[in-house]
Amino acid sequence: MKQKRAEPYDRLTHPLVRDDGVLRRATWEEALDRAAEGFRRNIEAHGPNAFAMLSCARSTNEMNYVAQKFTRVVVGTNNVDSCNRTCHAPSVAGLSAVFGSGGGTSSYQEVEDTDVIVMWGSAARNAHPIFFQHVLKGIRKGAKMFAVDPRRTGTAQWADLWLGLNVGTDIPLAHAVAREIIHAGLHNTAFIERATSGFEEFARSVEPWTPEVAEQVTGVPAEAIRRLAHAYATADRAQLCWTLGITEHHNATDNVRALINLALLTGHVGRYGSGLSPLRGQNNVQGGGDMGAIPNRLPGFQDLLDPEVRARFEQVWSNTIQPRHGLNLTEMLEAMGEGEVTTCYLIGENPVQSEADSLSCIKRLGMLDHLVVQDIFLTKTAQMADVVLPASAAWCEADGTFTNSERRVQRVRKALTPPGEARDDIEILCDLARRLGHDWHYDGAEEVWDELRRLSPAHTGMSYSRLEEHQGIQWPCPSEDSIEPPYLHGRLWATDPVARGTPAPFAVLEHSPPVDVLDEEFPLRLTTGRRLDSYNTGVQSSGFASPLRRGETVELCPEDARRLGLTAGEEVRISSRRGTVVAPVFIDPALRPGLVFMTMHFPDEVDTNSLTIEATCPIAGTAEFKAAAVRIDKLVPAKAG
Amino acid sequence: MDLRFRDTEPTDEERAAIDALLGPPASGWVGGARTDDDLRFAAAGEQERDLLLPALHAVNDRIGWISEGALDYICRRLTVPPADAYGVATFYSMFSLKPRPSRVLHVCTDLVCEARGAAGLCASLEERLGPPGLSWQRSPCLGLCERAPAALALEAGDPPAHAVYGPADAALTEFAEPPVEAAVPQSLHSGPGAGDELVLLRRVGVVDPGSLDDYRSTDGYAALRRAFTLGPAGIIREVLDAGLVGRGGAAFPTGRKWEATARQPDHPHYLVCNADESEPGTFKDRVIMEGDPFALIEAMTIAAYATGCRKGYIYLRGEYPRAFHRLTGAIAAARARGLLGDDVMGQGFAFDIEIRRGAGAYICGEETAIFNSIEGQRGEPRSKPPFPVEKGLFGKPTVVNNVETLVNVLPILLSGASAYAATGTEGSTGTKLFCLSGNVRRPGLYELPFGATLRDLLDLAGGVPEGRSLRAVLLGGAAGAFVRPDELDIPLTFEGTRAAGTTLGSGVVLVLDDGADLVKILLRIAEFFRDESCGQCVPCRVGTVRQEEALHRLAIKPQAGDLTLLREVGQVMRDASICGLGQTAWNAVESAIDRLGVFTSEEAS
Amino acid sequence: MSVPLPPPRRLVEITVDGEPVRLPEGSTILDACQDTPTLCYGDTLTPKNACRVCVVEVEGSRTLVPACSRRAEEGMKVSTDSERVRHSRKLVLELLGSSVDLSTTPGAAEWIAEYDADPQRFGQEAATVEQPVKVDNDLYVRDYGKCIMCYKCVDACGDQWQNSFAITVAGRGFDSHISTEHDAPLTDSACVYCGNCVEVCPTGALSFKTEFDMRAAGTWHEEEQTQTTTICAYCGVGCNLTLHVQDNEIVKVTSPHDNPVTHGNLCIKGRFGFQHVQNGRSAKQTQKD
Repeated sequence: MKQKRAEPYDRLTHPLVRDDGVLRRATWEEALDRAAEGFRRNIEAHGPNAFAMLSCARSTNEMNYVAQKFTRVVVGTNNVDSCNRTCHAPSVAGLSAVFGSGGGTSSYQEVEDTDVIVMWGSAARNAHPIFFQHVLKGIRKGAKMFAVDPRRTGTAQWADLWLGLNVGTDIPLAHAVAREIIHAGLHNTAFIERATSGFEEFARSVEPWTPEVAEQVTGVPAEAIRRLAHAYATADRAQLCWTLGITEHHNATDNVRALINLALLTGHVGRYGSGLSPLRGQNNVQGGGDMGAIPNRLPGFQDLLDPEVRARFEQVWSNTIQPRHGLNLTEMLEAMGEGEVTTCYLIGENPVQSEADSLSCIKRLGMLDHLVVQDIFLTKTAQMADVVLPASAAWCEADGTFTNSERRVQRVRKALTPPGEARDDIEILCDLARRLGHDWHYDGAEEVWDELRRLSPAHTGMSYSRLEEHQGIQWPCPSEDSIEPPYLHGRLWATDPVARGTPAPFAVLEHSPPVDVLDEEFPLRLTTGRRLDSYNTGVQSSGFASPLRRGETVELCPEDARRLGLTAGEEVRISSRRGTVVAPVFIDPALRPGLVFMTMHFPDEVDTNSLTIEATCPIAGTAEFKAAAVRIDKLVPAKAG
Repeated sequence: MDLRFRDTEPTDEERAAIDALLGPPASGWVGGARTDDDLRFAAAGEQERDLLLPALHAVNDRIGWISEGALDYICRRLTVPPADAYGVATFYSMFSLKPRPSRVLHVCTDLVCEARGAAGLCASLEERLGPPGLSWQRSPCLGLCERAPAALALEAGDPPAHAVYGPADAALTEFAEPPVEAAVPQSLHSGPGAGDELVLLRRVGVVDPGSLDDYRSTDGYAALRRAFTLGPAGIIREVLDAGLVGRGGAAFPTGRKWEATARQPDHPHYLVCNADESEPGTFKDRVIMEGDPFALIEAMTIAAYATGCRKGYIYLRGEYPRAFHRLTGAIAAARARGLLGDDVMGQGFAFDIEIRRGAGAYICGEETAIFNSIEGQRGEPRSKPPFPVEKGLFGKPTVVNNVETLVNVLPILLSGASAYAATGTEGSTGTKLFCLSGNVRRPGLYELPFGATLRDLLDLAGGVPEGRSLRAVLLGGAAGAFVRPDELDIPLTFEGTRAAGTTLGSGVVLVLDDGADLVKILLRIAEFFRDESCGQCVPCRVGTVRQEEALHRLAIKPQAGDLTLLREVGQVMRDASICGLGQTAWNAVESAIDRLGVFTSEEAS
Repeated sequence: MSVPLPPPRRLVEITVDGEPVRLPEGSTILDACQDTPTLCYGDTLTPKNACRVCVVEVEGSRTLVPACSRRAEEGMKVSTDSERVRHSRKLVLELLGSSVDLSTTPGAAEWIAEYDADPQRFGQEAATVEQPVKVDNDLYVRDYGKCIMCYKCVDACGDQWQNSFAITVAGRGFDSHISTEHDAPLTDSACVYCGNCVEVCPTGALSFKTEFDMRAAGTWHEEEQTQTTTICAYCGVGCNLTLHVQDNEIVKVTSPHDNPVTHGNLCIKGRFGFQHVQNGRSAKQTQKD
């Protein structure tokens, strides 16, 4: 049943330009000229908002800072985003709506020192293995762990209690937990009164969600819901961690808000050991957002719509910033389809394979007048470009910083010389800026960082030498003389109402089931996720010979396999309302009847995202990767008998 | 835990054997059939890791060996990683992970049996049954030394069966196992040192070991009644005043151990009775457990009451099936009469006892290895400190006592500390059990007041057989030391043997006459330590091998270099090993060289 | 702000070879004598004190004590260079050196010289743990002929860090060895290839396949390698990787043991997933199939 391993990608070692429909080798001069000329042509013809920048969550903070500055200063638009959109934008949106800041509120160490850990929609054992080691330390020290996941994942197997809910029923489950806490009188009235708003309305909104009603919707026994509610509410300290099981839904920001409600209800935020931790999926997806490579925030996660904030940037950048949000990734793709965005500068992203409903993504990119891709590989997306610029691999061929899931900014250091003619991202951006009339020059990443530190109060205290000394520093770090607590929002516990600041609002939310409904034709719920040894579209992880790798499979439970007459390793056809793929069967008791699982790690062999639905969260723009309706058919009809 | 299994299924019989111990599986996630509930939630089960050895025994007892499927099923049931369980199973020599016949004969080839003709027995078995390994195998001391050469057949089944051969003849003639009192020659004789002066052995052969009423009719449970009137502190005072020290070999004052445990604020406290009697040549605890099982149970109850334990374990060596059955019966009887359980003797004190069987590892007699074994781990000793009284079984304060030590508590409470201390010497009070074996007329278990000399003991046993002369006596077992025929006036006390540069150890007195092959005995001792080293620390793991290699070379040709090497290896084992096994692994060899002149005098070779 | 700080630790004073040393309560003797040789000690692991090469003499103690695990107590008098100590360390090195291939154990040759140890003295016939190298996957190699049974890999794989429990100590005594369940190949075991066992192995018994192959080819030149600590390119946890680079190629990845994110641990992607940056990097094809 082992599939032949896909050929690993080779590094790009020289620029490419498209002539007569074919990519050919070019010099840097020619490629940069061609790239700049295309941008200028489109901006002149359609205005700056015809340009879109997809910045790279894999690259350094410094590169993201320069990329967003390029977008806002050289081009003059806020159309900058990154693949943040496909994973944790809802976490950022939800957390910042409640607390004014989009980062996870806790540190890894606090997970070791807490009493209850709830892993909600997080397969961290496999997707965030070293974070999970901190969870395991906590468990070994006596913390109780609860796992909420449709699958009994490796994470769930470590849980004191696993709750196997139906895909897309997180809000009913959270509501039932909230209602149970309130009815048992276990909510933290002092905290609610002082630090939150909207409790009464919230309490009314969850009132119909008795554990028994929730059991009907979620499939989780009422008793298990009660146990989770009581454990979370009575814990002295509790950590609520989530990953893409919460955020890759069409109503993802609501999902995030539903979890935040629980923390507000119990006061499990803003204290050491109690907090909310979204686990970020990419090495610098936190930093990319922090650096302003998103359409609605300036570096330091500062509000683009705040004139005072803009003024400070405009002064340093000597340029005006459009006082309106740009397009997010989802909107960019739509705008490409409608001819409003005509040129795109895409750095280190592979949307052709990472976006839900990949066929429509290819179509939209194909409508661009001018596409520049800067990457370390000739990805499927790069193959569509007019100009391909070979970049250095940020994590080992560049200097700079990344920011991790606990907001820790850490130094990235150059260990290797990039291959062939590949060049540093920031140098390339500066070369293009110069060709577009901005005489940019940075003498290394530290100079970029120091510019950022002047503009972002949250990063001001983080000189490179301090980052070195402390093995990374968590933001906020406004001063070079001190280190802030490892958790956020301690203000909520302040006795002085002024220090406490804006109360954190409860959200009143409605349950909204997955968009792709199950019916007789598509009776199976497909959910997607990661495996331990592979990563996203496999561009990086296909490069090494993992003994664990078995290629793409469709995973289903033994009962379904029996019912459908399937055996392990047998190739089957998986179809959704959007596409069809063929993959071998893998039987896994972690699943239950009606629930099947695939990854997106092997798109060159099995394009799982041709099955998924591009039903996106209206607030954050993230697609519902976690819930598609599919059917499975045998390739060869079963023989009689 | 996200354990990975290799998808091998147990047979129905294996499953039944494990379920008989553990009950039916609680959910589909731990080996049961999958239910609708299993699809929706899973709750972590009780921590039952400590049932790993009992579960391995259950399969081994029923099937005779442990298959991959059986091990996998045990791991699912107990949430133990398969690799981990494999490591545990391969540590214990009684478990087989390869198929073997249901009936396996274990032939003792240890010191005593070797001295009494085990080699010949093995030769004839090899001729008849083929090389050792499957249907028969060589075994370290079986604790049947008074009947050497001995063999033990274990037959898997439901229930498992066993047969004891001793003395075993080449034809392995079957005969009924003799009553336990046959091991106590004193009970058959009168005169000085005869049965009427026995204290610890007084009931052996006198009462029915299966009868609680018999036990009570001979002062049984009078000591516990007195204990309740004394209270825990009072008991400890009596034991301290009586001067009782541990009989397992280390001679640590029992009262101090109890006091230290009782004081610990951390709870629960545990009591562990070390019944893993494995020192070659030792069988005293077996005789007590087989002949007077209620005495041990009463003594443990007193110890538990004094030290604040609600749970006691008897860690019984796996090669003692008769003791296991008698103790099992006795515990059940005591429980039925309210002498164990939630309200012992109506005094509001809760205590119960569980027997855990060892599985063929001498090292598990070490007081911290025993904890690891009970917890379901490899029986590797722990580093001390922390000491058991602080962090013992399951990391909790634990008092560990040997069987003989515990039963001494009964006469202390019955007659009072001062009466008890009147027997023996100032430094060694009370009586002592001696396991006399080897070339003597009446081998067996002897009880003598401390202070008697080695000569007294040998006289009691009738000396060496007619026409032979005494060559040496090994005191204390493989970890002990040899003494010469001119040293028979050594008083058999802790202080007396220490002064003479030897040890009482566990009470082994192995008598060797002029026909004994000392070099062969040393090789056997070296082989024993090499086999029984747990392998944890370098000095012992490699040192015992190098010791054996050097002895083999010396056996062929004595050379000064090898003697130096032996001494240097011996020194590092003594100085730097983790536990007493390595620290004493060179004692007997050293004494044979230094006291008997083996390898150095012409006489030796 | 209520960040819990550990309570200040009291100091205890001990003497080491006659010199007074003050240490925070709870420190080990090893903390007071850093130049003590160690093999089974791991800075991220609970001391196993199995190798006994760090033994010291403590006044009043019948046996020598392992410096790595024994806590310093007020007034303790420690000798690190007494005759007994030197004898035990020498013999431990001889016993190990005579049974195990220490050729890739950092420090071993120096200690053997320092303690005047002669591992050859047990003769040609002395039993060893020599055995064929286990190469059953493309990521790391197990050469148990170099294994001193320090238990560190088992502890790192087990409940102290990785909690995968793929390996264990099986057997007993001199026959004890590191094993998967039923001695199955790694590819048929619970191994998840995090390489955290390789990270803690003190002898080179466990090594990256790259290192193993380069050593075999005679191209492993540690003195030419650079070590650069950077951040992993995969998920957002932010693990610190130390890249060992020779001739502009990553040849090994470790992680700083004092790092608050990793404590020296990585997953398969961080440890072994670096190859993508060097595929097609040079004419030399590094990726095999």
